[in-house]
Amino acid sequence: MEVLKIATAGSVDDGKSTLIGRLLYDTKSLTDDKLEAIERSSKQKGYDYLDFSLATDGLVAEREQGITIDVAHIYFSTATRSYIIADTPGHVEYTRNMVTGASTSQVAIILIDARHGVIEQTYRHFFINNLLRIKDVIVAINKMDLVDFSEERYNKIKADFQKLVDKSDYEDQHITFIPVSALKGDNVVDGSEKMPWYKGQTLLEHLEQLDTKDIYNTGKPRFPVQYVIRPKTEEYHDYRGYAGKVYGGELNVGDEIVVLPSETKSKIKEIYFYDKKIEKATRRSSVTITLENDVNVSRGDMVVKVGELPTVKKQLTATVSWMDTKQLTSGSKYVLQHGVNKVLAKVTAIHHKIHPDYSGIETDVAGLNVNDIASVSFQLNKPIFFDAFKEHRTNGAFILIDTQSNNTVGVGFID
Amino acid sequence: MTDTLQISALESEAIYIFREVAAQFERPVLLFSGGKDSITLVRLAQKAFYPAKIPFPLMHIDTGHNFPETIEFRDRLVEELGLELIVRNVQDSIDEGKVKEESGRYSSRNMLQTTTLLDAIEEFKFDACIGGARRDEEKARAKERIFSVRDDFGQWDEKNQRPELFDMLNGQIELGQNVRVFPISNWTELDVWTYIEKENLEIPSIYFSHPRLTFVRDGLIWTASEHVYRDEEEEVKERIVRFRTVGDMSCTAAVASHAATISEVVAEIRDSSISERGARIDDKRSEAAMEKRKQQGYF
Repeated sequence: MEVLKIATAGSVDDGKSTLIGRLLYDTKSLTDDKLEAIERSSKQKGYDYLDFSLATDGLVAEREQGITIDVAHIYFSTATRSYIIADTPGHVEYTRNMVTGASTSQVAIILIDARHGVIEQTYRHFFINNLLRIKDVIVAINKMDLVDFSEERYNKIKADFQKLVDKSDYEDQHITFIPVSALKGDNVVDGSEKMPWYKGQTLLEHLEQLDTKDIYNTGKPRFPVQYVIRPKTEEYHDYRGYAGKVYGGELNVGDEIVVLPSETKSKIKEIYFYDKKIEKATRRSSVTITLENDVNVSRGDMVVKVGELPTVKKQLTATVSWMDTKQLTSGSKYVLQHGVNKVLAKVTAIHHKIHPDYSGIETDVAGLNVNDIASVSFQLNKPIFFDAFKEHRTNGAFILIDTQSNNTVGVGFID
Repeated sequence: MTDTLQISALESEAIYIFREVAAQFERPVLLFSGGKDSITLVRLAQKAFYPAKIPFPLMHIDTGHNFPETIEFRDRLVEELGLELIVRNVQDSIDEGKVKEESGRYSSRNMLQTTTLLDAIEEFKFDACIGGARRDEEKARAKERIFSVRDDFGQWDEKNQRPELFDMLNGQIELGQNVRVFPISNWTELDVWTYIEKENLEIPSIYFSHPRLTFVRDGLIWTASEHVYRDEEEEVKERIVRFRTVGDMSCTAAVASHAATISEVVAEIRDSSISERGARIDDKRSEAAMEKRKQQGYF
C-alpha cells in the first residue's frame, strides 16, 4: 500500500492539532484508551467538547503552554493508503522545524483561521512549501463555525491567498482550498450541512485521490554508495557489494554506469535485495549492486548512468535555510553533508537575504541568524556530484554541520 | 486502524538507517529485548549487510524478571544466526548498590534498567545504540529523531534536537556522547506484525494464546509470579491470555486472547481498539511517564 507524507503548517491557535485530532477521530484511528485520556483531560479543563489537540501535543512543555513546539509524527490509515503527518509548529521562531517537516513530505496543509484570514505567517508557510517544491498544497480555511460558515468570508480569503500564489515561480504547484471546521468536523472527513455552497471535496477525500507516483521521479537515477559489503568468507571470497538507496529513477542489471568522482566506467552485474537477485532496482529502494569489473568504489562515491552525469564541482550557490543561533558569516567553515558524502565547505559570499513574506530581498548582509533564508556561495575542499534542487529533490539538497557543536545548523537547496 | 503501510518503503528506510549506522559509527550495538520489535530489527540488519554478517553485537539488559520463554528464545536466535550477544544484569547493579530495588504494590525493575544500560554503554564505549522504539507507540516518542544524540549522562534534551532533513542523518558526536538510533521509527504496530508474518519470523511463544496463572488489578491482567507484588485479596486464576508487548513481568500486562497463530494475531491487532502501550503498566504511572524516563536515559 502507498504511504503519503503530509506536512502541516499553521500559526499558534489556528487549530492545527485539533484538525489532526479530528482526522484521527473521524477515520477511527484513535484507540479507546487514547480517547478516554482525551475525554478525561477535556473534562478536567471544563470543556464541553473533546479537545483533540491532546492527541498530538506530546511534550510536557507543550501541555503546559498549550502549544506545539517540535515536529511530531502522527500515523493513520484508510482503506486506500497510509498517512504520516509531520506536525510542525508555525511560530516565526520555528521556521527550521517547518522546513524539516516539509523536507520529507509530499503534500502540505496550510491552515488559516477564517476570522483572521491571510496573515504574515501564511506568507511564510507558503514560501517554505515553494522553496521545498511541495507539489500539492491544501489551504484549509478553519474555524468556519466562528464566521457563520460564510461563503463571502471564504471567497475573500481565497482571493487574498491567490495574490500570494501569483508571486510564486513554481508553476506546477497545485493549490486546493477547503473550508473546514476542525472542531465541529465540517469538511474534514465528512461533508458539511452548514456549507451547502461548497461543492468541492472534503480534506480526506482530496488526500485519498492524490497521485503520488511521480514525486521524486526525475528520470535520472543517482546511487550514492553508503557502505561497501565485503563478507570475506570462502563462499563470497571476491564479493564486493555496493550498498545504497536509489534516487530519481531506476537502475537495471546491464546498465552502463560511471562511478564518480573517479569517472571509471563499468556495467551493473547484479542487483541484490537481501538474498534475492533482482533485475531492476526501483526508486527509493535500498539495494546492493555489484559491478562487472574490479573498480575501486568507496562510501560517498556515486554511481550514475553513462550520459546522465550530474554537475561535478567544488563551487556552488544555494538557497540556505539557517537553523542555528550562532551566525553564518562570510568565511565560516562547515562540514557539508550531501546525501552520505561529507566535505568541508567555506562560505565565500552571502549574496542576499530572501524575505519569506514575499516582500523582496535584502543585500549587503553581514551574517545569517536563525530562521533566515539567503542565497549563499560555498567553496568546497573536494568536488561533490549534484543536481539543481528544482530538478532533483534529493541530489540537490545538503545540510551544514557545525564543526564544533556537531549540530545540524542549516540546509541548502542548490541553484 | 484499517490496514498497513507499504512495507517495502519502510523496509528500505530501515535498511538505509542500518547502513548509515555501520558507516558512521565505530562501536554500534543493537539493544535486544527478545520482543517483536527487536526481532524485526535483527531481520532488517541481516538484510542490510547480506551476504556479510551483521557487523555489530546485540546487547540485552536483563532485569532478571523476564519471562523465561523470552530468554530461551533469545539464546536460540543468537546461536542460530551466529551473532554476538552481550548480557548485562540489573541484579548486578542492585548488588553493587548503584540502584535500589523498589518495593510495594507497583514495584518494578523497569526504571532500574537505565543505570545498567548507561554503565554498559560506558563499559563497551558504544557510540550508537540501535533500538526498536516506534513513533506511534507513545506521544513523547512521536518527537524522537532517527539519530537521537545523548549526552555524557545518557540524557535526552528534547528541546535541542538536531533537525533531520530529507534522508540525511548527521551522526557526528563528541567523545563520551552516544546516539540512539531508531530504524523502525516510522513503523506502526501493525506494520511490525505484518512484517513478522510476511518474513515468517519466529517469535517467543508468549505472544500467542496460552493458559497462565494471572490476577486482575486496575482492569489489567497481571502475571502471578514471585517477581510481581500481589495483595492477598488479589485472586489468582488461570486465564487464556497472550502478550501484545513484552517487557519484564512487572511491567507488562497480558490480554485475554485466543489468537494462536501469527495471522490470528495480525487480525486481532487490526481490529483492536486498545493501543499497544495501554498494556504497559509503566506508562500508566503518569501522562508524562515516558518523557521523564527518556530524559533520564531510558531506551
